[in-house]
Amino acid sequence: MNIQGENKTQNRILSLLPLWIVIGIFMIGPLLVMAVVSLMESNVYGGVHFKFSLSGYRQILFDTNLFDEIEFNPAYLIIIARSFMLALAATFLSLLIGFPAAYFISRQSDRVKNILIFLVTIPFWTNLLIRTFAWIIILGKGGVIESSFNFFGLLDEESSLNLMYTNSAILIGLVYSYLPLMVLPIYASMEKMDLRLLEAATDLYSNRIELIRKIILPLSMPGIIGGSILVFVPCLGAFIAPDLLGGGKKLLLGSLIQFQFSYARNWPFGAAMAMFLLALVILVLIFNARLNRKHREYANQK
Amino acid sequence: MMEKKVNAIDVRNVTKIYTSGNTQTKALKSANLTIYDNEFFTLLGPSGCGKTTLLRLIAGFEDITEGSINLFNQEIVNLPPNKRPVNTVFQQYSLFPHLNVYENVAFGLRRLKKDASLVESRTFEVLELVQMKEYANRKPNQLSGGQQQRVALARALAPEPKVLLLDEPLSALDLKLRQAMRFELKTLQRETGITFVFVTHDQEEALTMSDRIAVINEGEIQQIGEPEQIYESPSNKFVANFIGEANLLSGVCKTPGENGVCELDTGHELNLFVPPHIKQNDKVTIFIRPERIKIEKSSKDKSQLSISEFTYLGNAATIQLKSNNQLINVNLPIEDLKVFKKDDYVDIHFPKESAQVID
Repeated sequence: MNIQGENKTQNRILSLLPLWIVIGIFMIGPLLVMAVVSLMESNVYGGVHFKFSLSGYRQILFDTNLFDEIEFNPAYLIIIARSFMLALAATFLSLLIGFPAAYFISRQSDRVKNILIFLVTIPFWTNLLIRTFAWIIILGKGGVIESSFNFFGLLDEESSLNLMYTNSAILIGLVYSYLPLMVLPIYASMEKMDLRLLEAATDLYSNRIELIRKIILPLSMPGIIGGSILVFVPCLGAFIAPDLLGGGKKLLLGSLIQFQFSYARNWPFGAAMAMFLLALVILVLIFNARLNRKHREYANQK
Repeated sequence: MMEKKVNAIDVRNVTKIYTSGNTQTKALKSANLTIYDNEFFTLLGPSGCGKTTLLRLIAGFEDITEGSINLFNQEIVNLPPNKRPVNTVFQQYSLFPHLNVYENVAFGLRRLKKDASLVESRTFEVLELVQMKEYANRKPNQLSGGQQQRVALARALAPEPKVLLLDEPLSALDLKLRQAMRFELKTLQRETGITFVFVTHDQEEALTMSDRIAVINEGEIQQIGEPEQIYESPSNKFVANFIGEANLLSGVCKTPGENGVCELDTGHELNLFVPPHIKQNDKVTIFIRPERIKIEKSSKDKSQLSISEFTYLGNAATIQLKSNNQLINVNLPIEDLKVFKKDDYVDIHFPKESAQVID
């Protein structure tokens, strides 16, 4: 019996080997490269000097002034905080829009449901860059919004609403980009929900609001948590919407990292920032796992 | 002294039509019935007969197509389910999985904005009633089927509904538990004094628990009456067949009237009440329960009936008698087991009032 047991473990390891190779090559490998780069010295012509240094990490918090003294520099911390707040706001907004949308979809007939879910996924068929450019046309000077304001006489030709290159523009771009990632998991958990529970709650004197607060919201919590993670994480590192819609005026984490690799040619610093972002994301995921553990009990139950 | 009966539920000409695409299904056809206060009333019928539809109409989960439903003389058809003072015990219990037993039971009371102290005392009171007090902190998925059933019952009883609706609540339990719960439900109903409307397809459940039964088939109410009435004098072939075992024997009316005579195709003549719409030489169907038939030994030249099947049941036996084209089921009492065997020729007798001409 014992031999069989050992064989089983062996088989399990062997059968998972291709998966481990894929994960190793495509996920752990690049990460290790990043981690190594973050510990090197920068080379002004791009790439790195293969010499151990913590300067990449040091630069996140400290700067060297004209007199070669190391002094505290909060600029990057501010960028991190700004990115964090913006990602939080985008997640919250997505939730605000995504939850009712998912609820609406889940209450349709099977045929309509499929069509609506298909529509939700359609944006993924086009490149994110192009879709974000579309928002420039919508939000920009003389764009769709301004010209319709003009048309109704709410705005004269000379003035502008100045929608572009603001935090709001970035927020709109982020919410637009990642909303489907909020809708789909919430929809999935609502779809699984036993509709008889809603009947039971109504039978026990719940009005509409109580129905949502006491039954639908707690039961779709796994989807809400999952969706929030899926939106929050890419928002934290996003650079397309911030660059195009925010005009790069106020740097965000994603743009900063991208900038270090492309123009500033400070790979170690970019890599260090990326590792820092990774650490942030892992913290969020741990927090999420804690939340999920509470909900798993009844999420698995049917 | 006769108590004056108070109408708890009046169902008047209720029709329910489901429309999906171009097809319309009539789930209920002009149903009429009155359920009295403090009654254990059962809606009995095969699956798809409309009994659950009627229950859901009373609870308010479905919109009525036609007719009216009154609850203690108050029209409730236009009220949403959360405004109706009735509660439901669901077939799959439908306990809230994210709430513990206590919160499940307190749910209705909290929605009714009862005082915190009242919520607590009432919740523990009903949990005590169904013997689930020590499980108050468990989640539903940590309970067995029988325990979930009790919690579902407690949850529906907690807000003190005027009528409790039970949708096949015992069907998910195993046999032993089901039998125990029957008794408990009946006791609970007597103790609480709440009107129970119980839906089931199990005729044994209906007969053992109910004060009155409505037998429903294909959206129409076939018969309403006390269990004994329904069992002993079913109003039609469907009821006769659905409740218990029945022999439906074909024959011809010889003499119509109150002291009529009918002749079975087996050649037996019976004295029985023949309803006025049946005339001489009309073909009739005669209903008789297997346990009402007594048999005695006969011989081939005297009787055409022989025992074609003999099924031993432990505490009794059922036998099947065969004549040229008819089969008659008879329950044989235990003391006669040794007397008869397969292929014996027998004669049959039964009391006049136990046979009935049936539509």
